[in-house]
Amino acid sequence: MGYSGFRVIKEGLFGQKGWKPVWRDPEPKPEYDAVIIGGGGHGLSTAYYLAKEHGMTNIAVLEKGYIGGGNVGRNTTIVRANYFLPGNSEFYSHSLKLWETMEQDLNYNVMHSQRGLINLFHSDGQRDAFARRGNAMINQGDDAVLLDREGVREYLPYLDFDNVRFPIYGGLLHPRGGTARHDAVAWGYARGADQRGVDIIQNCEVTGIDIEGGKVKGVQTTRGVIRAKKVGIVVAGRSGQVAAMAGMRLPIESHVLQAFVTEGLKPVIDHVVSFGMGHFYISQSDKGGLVFGGDIDFYSSYAARGNLPMKEHVMDAAMTLMPMIGKAKVLRSWGGIMDMTPDGSPIIDKTDTEGLFIDCGWCYGGFKAVPGSGFSFAHLMATGNHHEPAAKFRLDRFRTGVGLMDEEGTGSQHNLH
Amino acid sequence: MRIDCPNCGERDRREFYYQGDAVVLNRPSEDAGAQAWDDYLHNRANPAGETRDLWFHEGGCRAWLVVERNTMTHAVHAATLAEKVKR
Repeated sequence: MGYSGFRVIKEGLFGQKGWKPVWRDPEPKPEYDAVIIGGGGHGLSTAYYLAKEHGMTNIAVLEKGYIGGGNVGRNTTIVRANYFLPGNSEFYSHSLKLWETMEQDLNYNVMHSQRGLINLFHSDGQRDAFARRGNAMINQGDDAVLLDREGVREYLPYLDFDNVRFPIYGGLLHPRGGTARHDAVAWGYARGADQRGVDIIQNCEVTGIDIEGGKVKGVQTTRGVIRAKKVGIVVAGRSGQVAAMAGMRLPIESHVLQAFVTEGLKPVIDHVVSFGMGHFYISQSDKGGLVFGGDIDFYSSYAARGNLPMKEHVMDAAMTLMPMIGKAKVLRSWGGIMDMTPDGSPIIDKTDTEGLFIDCGWCYGGFKAVPGSGFSFAHLMATGNHHEPAAKFRLDRFRTGVGLMDEEGTGSQHNLH
Repeated sequence: MRIDCPNCGERDRREFYYQGDAVVLNRPSEDAGAQAWDDYLHNRANPAGETRDLWFHEGGCRAWLVVERNTMTHAVHAATLAEKVKR
């Protein structure tokens, strides 16, 4: 059942009664070739690419809640490929290319909007750092334009350019960066996977991982035992708990990251904009709400709600950068649970248990990685070999110190990212 | 979130710097081996529930504290001077 403009008109004429649920609600089978633990964006895209690219259709996605109910429905929807370090750079470049063909591939409107992303800078030193980052992005084959102050003013006339403390010197424009409708990404991958025969099993919490003789045999769940030759753990903030079922301790601490949305406004912010002198970034949703966020709260948490100090910081930064935002009313704020690694970069790797794979550590940047992570993790699970763009996301880089990817240059330590 | 500092009394979270899991108090010996150091530096139990972590009262008495709190609710139960926990 495909989507088209014709169908939208036809359903409109007949009372919208022809739309059907786009994925089944199957009972779990006793055995699958592979099981994905976690039905978030990354888990669903993994299942989709396992089926599409590797012909593995006897697989299941196990989700303890409902599809779209985790971080994939709680993020600020930014899509970009402006990473600097080898390892990250090629991965996010690949992921952005998948974003650009996702809607045709899935036959699903994810409202991917390449409206341009502008990272502002406020000093000569910061300009140099962004020029260097822009060159790295161009070398990777992506796009970057260094804007001076007047260049930024053409795009973002509403900013406080002459702020006494943090005047705006310019910005790094990433024209292919933008946003997407986050729920639609989850739904599109769920539908695409389901159409290829993947069982998406909601309200099914994994309570144990069965391992015999160093090999994974399946999982224990709240809906019974499911045997599987291969198991992939893709559970973001809950990575620590699920990995513990396999006797693993991960280099991950879970932290809360807050986000905010205002009441709906007429179009006012046309791009994704980030402040360079405080942690604040913003875009406007298609519904009109200003969607913005800041840094993590900086203490380990699973509460999915934050405390006031970071809220204050984000509001301070917003008012410093764009005083007009003081007229808007914040509608709500929320928090998501981030799987933070010491170096701030992710993990897509095998484990010491044969047949058990893990995809985690996306920190506060998992949304843009949804297609790339699923593609690369599916490749690893299906072939046993690392997919080239994600080949540096190794679990053992912390133990050996080889290949750490500290994108922020702050040190590879838990409380620094 | 407020933390009851043994020296200063109950203070706002803003006064404190968060270091991480109190496992950092248990520094391995130099010859403990790579695995022990990896566990010390990187690998974490990362509990969803009760936890013990290390906070620095930066905006107060500047003591290091071991704080017992709940990561699901943000409830803070107790704070002890790290020097007493460490012996």
